[in-house]
Amino acid sequence: MNLIIEGIQKAFFLIFTLDAEVLGITLLSLQVSGTATLISLFIGISVGTAVALSRFPGRQLVVSLINTGMGLPPVVVGLFVAIFLWRNGPLGFLEILYTPTAIILAQAVIATPIVTGITLASIQNLPVNLRLQILALGATRVQMVWLLVKEARLPLLAAVMAGFGGIISEVGASIMVGGNIRGYSRVLTTATVMETGRGNFDVAIALSIILMLLAFFVNAILTQIQQRERPR
Amino acid sequence: MNPGTHAEALLRNKRIVRGGDGSGYPLDPAAVALPPESRPEILLQAENLLVRRGGATVLDIPAFDVHPGELLALIGPNGAGKSTLLLTLACLLKPSRGRFSFNGREIDAGRGDVEYRRRIAMVFQEPLLFDATVFDNVAAGLKIRGMGREEIGRVVPGYLELFGIAHLTKRSARKLSGGEAQRTSLARAFVTKPEIVFLDEPFSALDPPTREALIGDLERIIRETHTTAVASTHDQTEALRLADRMAVMNGGKIVQIGPVAEVINRPADGFVASFVGVETVLPGRVLRSSDGVFTAAVEGGEIQAVGHLRPGERVLCCIRPEHVTLSTNIPPPGTSARNAFPGTIRKITPLGLFNRVLLNCGFDLVAYVTRQSLETLSLEEGKRVIASFKATAVHVIPRQEPRQT
Repeated sequence: MNLIIEGIQKAFFLIFTLDAEVLGITLLSLQVSGTATLISLFIGISVGTAVALSRFPGRQLVVSLINTGMGLPPVVVGLFVAIFLWRNGPLGFLEILYTPTAIILAQAVIATPIVTGITLASIQNLPVNLRLQILALGATRVQMVWLLVKEARLPLLAAVMAGFGGIISEVGASIMVGGNIRGYSRVLTTATVMETGRGNFDVAIALSIILMLLAFFVNAILTQIQQRERPR
Repeated sequence: MNPGTHAEALLRNKRIVRGGDGSGYPLDPAAVALPPESRPEILLQAENLLVRRGGATVLDIPAFDVHPGELLALIGPNGAGKSTLLLTLACLLKPSRGRFSFNGREIDAGRGDVEYRRRIAMVFQEPLLFDATVFDNVAAGLKIRGMGREEIGRVVPGYLELFGIAHLTKRSARKLSGGEAQRTSLARAFVTKPEIVFLDEPFSALDPPTREALIGDLERIIRETHTTAVASTHDQTEALRLADRMAVMNGGKIVQIGPVAEVINRPADGFVASFVGVETVLPGRVLRSSDGVFTAAVEGGEIQAVGHLRPGERVLCCIRPEHVTLSTNIPPPGTSARNAFPGTIRKITPLGLFNRVLLNCGFDLVAYVTRQSLETLSLEEGKRVIASFKATAVHVIPRQEPRQT
């Protein structure tokens, strides 16, 4: 019990004294997961909308793959991203293994199916004739897609929350492709794993609390936007 | 007609009220359409429209015209092809075959002609509003057309007023009643000054009082704005009330099209007759004929009707319920009715302002009587009465002889 209390005290000490290393780790976590979320939103909303609005042979299989992808184990993603980025791998020439960029790539791979799946479901849940109604209002195809996405904005905010929440807290892929290099590719989750391994439970608890607060504040802001948009 | 010509014609008629910025956008919703005298004879013309779905033909229309300024009602049962026809004409559904032109310009339905879609509007059975305020919903079509915020702010309030939803301007569309939502949907369609409006059963999801009020307002607005409209409905009273012409559809085909009075009083076949409210349709065969009046034998009696038919010809005798008179005297005095049948009242159904009386005269015959007549004649189920109607009230549809197999 003392260990937990000491951990909490340490957390607040680290936060309020603006510990340089913890601050750096926290900012890198935000930067990496934020960028990965933006990438996944761009790809996920585009692909999800395209699949939702089109009919093609094998569509059912594509939808099944997207839904399966929503539960991709981060370590599996980490393994394959590492293989691709390995010196002799197909993307080895990029030389980004064990860099924050590699973590962004891995996290984007984890979050994209989540955003795609939620986008697909959101667009499909809109009234069937809404698409025709928008076209009847004189919209071009691009305007129609924009208006549909805008109409599905509340569930899409849930996609942002699910995507960001999924990757800010994952550790497997980050440690495999980022390498947990101090002051370079160390993020909150990888640092927590390392400190726990070293027996520095107070620091590990402190990092965990910071991680949870970070996830809470980001989701609180998104929830605030979502609830303000919600019809009352 | 190009937009310049349209604007010039509006100005010539001095019906346009210019916006403060001189943009020429009419502030007066009544000034949105050309007066009837300036219009071409045919606004929309379709030929050989064929729509196939899953190997089945769902629409097969050899020819279809819409005249400018008219309200054309499409009526028919569910699955008759009304919505498919409207979606095809609105360029929202690609036909398997066929072509159509608007104001003389051929429309490429296959490419989803945006320019054409910006000259028309469509209102569906569901209001299909955006998750936004009433104002933003009504402004949606204008935003799509790239109209500036300031101009939208000047144009939209007039239409909110016109459709009786000005007090709901800032309300979320999610908080509207069914009638308010459909009014918003209609305002959204009319604010874009469409040259033709397609209405796909816009009243069918509403409760009767709301529907009644909305039909009245829409009728007024369509007449005031001289808007051409094609409206589908399965309710013949809506069609009777709103339409100039009526097209009866069944099985993807138009089985009869013409002025409302003609379709109602001269149905082309038994299906049309039953659908337009001719409640008594009796199959029969002509017995004798002279001086333009013939007698046909129907099951349970003989009916006299007007027409030059030869004995032996098969016919359908259609009698509208409002043409049947009931009396308790035999024979009914002071009447020129050539058909009088004693019968027993089987059922009386109140229908608001009048009552539907089902009689057994050897054949089933339906009459409409007012509540006052019901009381004066002491009509009740089981009572014996005389039903009479004129020979001219019988619409006769010649029938083909059944094929020999």
